[in-house]
Amino acid sequence: MKKLLVANRGEIAVRVIRAAREMGIATVAVVSEADRNSNFGRLADESVEIGPAAASLSYLNQDAVMAAAAQTGADAVHPGYGFLSENAEFAQKVIDANLIWVGPMPETIILMGDKSRARQAAIEAGVPVLAGTNGWLDTAEDIEAIADDIGYPLVVKAAAGGGGRGIRRINKREHVRRTVEVAQSEALAAFNSSEVYFERFVTRARHVEVQVLGDGETWVHLGDRDCSMQRRQQKIIEEAPAPGIPDELRQRMRETAVELARQSKYSGAGTVEFLYDPDRQEIAFIEMNTRLQVEHPISEVITGIDLVREQLRIAAGEKLGYSQRDVHFEGHAFEFRINAEDPSNNFMPSPGLIETLDLSGGPGVRSDFGFSVGQTVMPFYDSMLGKLIVWDSNRERALSRAGRALNEVQITGIKTTVPLMRELVALKEFAEAQHHTTLLESISEKLGMTL
Amino acid sequence: MSAEIIAPIPGIFYRRPAPDKSPFAEVGDEVEAGQTIGVIEIMKQFTEVRSDVAGVIASFDIEDNGMVGPGDIVARIS
Repeated sequence: MKKLLVANRGEIAVRVIRAAREMGIATVAVVSEADRNSNFGRLADESVEIGPAAASLSYLNQDAVMAAAAQTGADAVHPGYGFLSENAEFAQKVIDANLIWVGPMPETIILMGDKSRARQAAIEAGVPVLAGTNGWLDTAEDIEAIADDIGYPLVVKAAAGGGGRGIRRINKREHVRRTVEVAQSEALAAFNSSEVYFERFVTRARHVEVQVLGDGETWVHLGDRDCSMQRRQQKIIEEAPAPGIPDELRQRMRETAVELARQSKYSGAGTVEFLYDPDRQEIAFIEMNTRLQVEHPISEVITGIDLVREQLRIAAGEKLGYSQRDVHFEGHAFEFRINAEDPSNNFMPSPGLIETLDLSGGPGVRSDFGFSVGQTVMPFYDSMLGKLIVWDSNRERALSRAGRALNEVQITGIKTTVPLMRELVALKEFAEAQHHTTLLESISEKLGMTL
Repeated sequence: MSAEIIAPIPGIFYRRPAPDKSPFAEVGDEVEAGQTIGVIEIMKQFTEVRSDVAGVIASFDIEDNGMVGPGDIVARIS
């Protein structure tokens, strides 16, 4: 691998460029008209403008991205997260053009993208799953009886959904058929597939996940992460390792995640997501993400392994070169997603000119940002400016350090979620690791916010 | 009697629910009070633009995929 095209923007493009630069690999950025003066465009060795501001006409325009690769002589493509990262068709185009695709094989992306097939693969690998339907629901069948067997409340999920989208809750038998029919038409409109399935609903769920890595012959995990601090099913704070999970359960979760990667001959970095039910002390498979995740840095800092470097090495055909017993875990890490949104005004997006940008520093603090002072946050893309990653020798110390680091952060000119983060690190529920995926909504009055 | 429909938030104005769908409404269409005539996207968040009054759409002042600022007139109802 000599020249890598980064098919993404913002902080993750910067992150990939950094890893490539350290490895002596040249980089090509693709930028939209709106991103002409962006940091990632400036940091890359070359930059190609691929279209107008709208992502559908630029970052999602497969032909424009491929043309930029051909024009610059790039021999590899890293898709980052979002955009084309889990698009099997694009992955295939990259491979067909004799370029290196930094990610798993297209058929793996297709398998894991179909939640129902992925669930089946998980069952075959011995990964615990939630009570639910194995396969898609057929409304010609007695779906009420199937629902009765699982028990209420339950959720109906779109097979092609994911990321918290395409989910509806059913509380009682009389709502089953109508909800399934609505879910089917919604799924068809949103994901172009009307296939849906049932799953048991967990009231106080925690979201935990395992980072896996493999070269097609050897697979390891880099431990687990907890992503339970969410607003409307979107992660806002993550930590590693996941706190308060019984040892035996944690081990089983990590080992079965590796087994799923092994059985699907997974290549590269992937994440197996689980739902943890603290009341029943049970874990269950949700989905596998076939890409780098936003929260990958917290696994990097507790293992000392650079995930993007590993992705690039594996994609270039190198062997992993170590086994599970060589992976050591040390300390505890948090990640805070800093978004250009106003927490005191219903999280209204806040594009505009960044007048001050003082990110924190000092021991155990890392800032992965895509912006500099004097730049303008555009209204066209995701509101995430970047992430603050904080770590120390244990959770308590890491939390104190997080409080210190968040206090130092100063961003003016636009509204950000920093004030909310400061409140959350001071929460008793968070300090005691009693948080769950709907905690924020339940304490919004206490915080004085519409969440 | 005429009324203006004002952009509730700044962002990108879309006249269609999706690129491959028909527009919510056309000039000359009758609309009811509360009816959606477009959506505005800002940072991947969508907000519906509705008419406060019943009437006929006289004009769209912002084109499809055009940028709107806060308080801009999006359309006029007669």
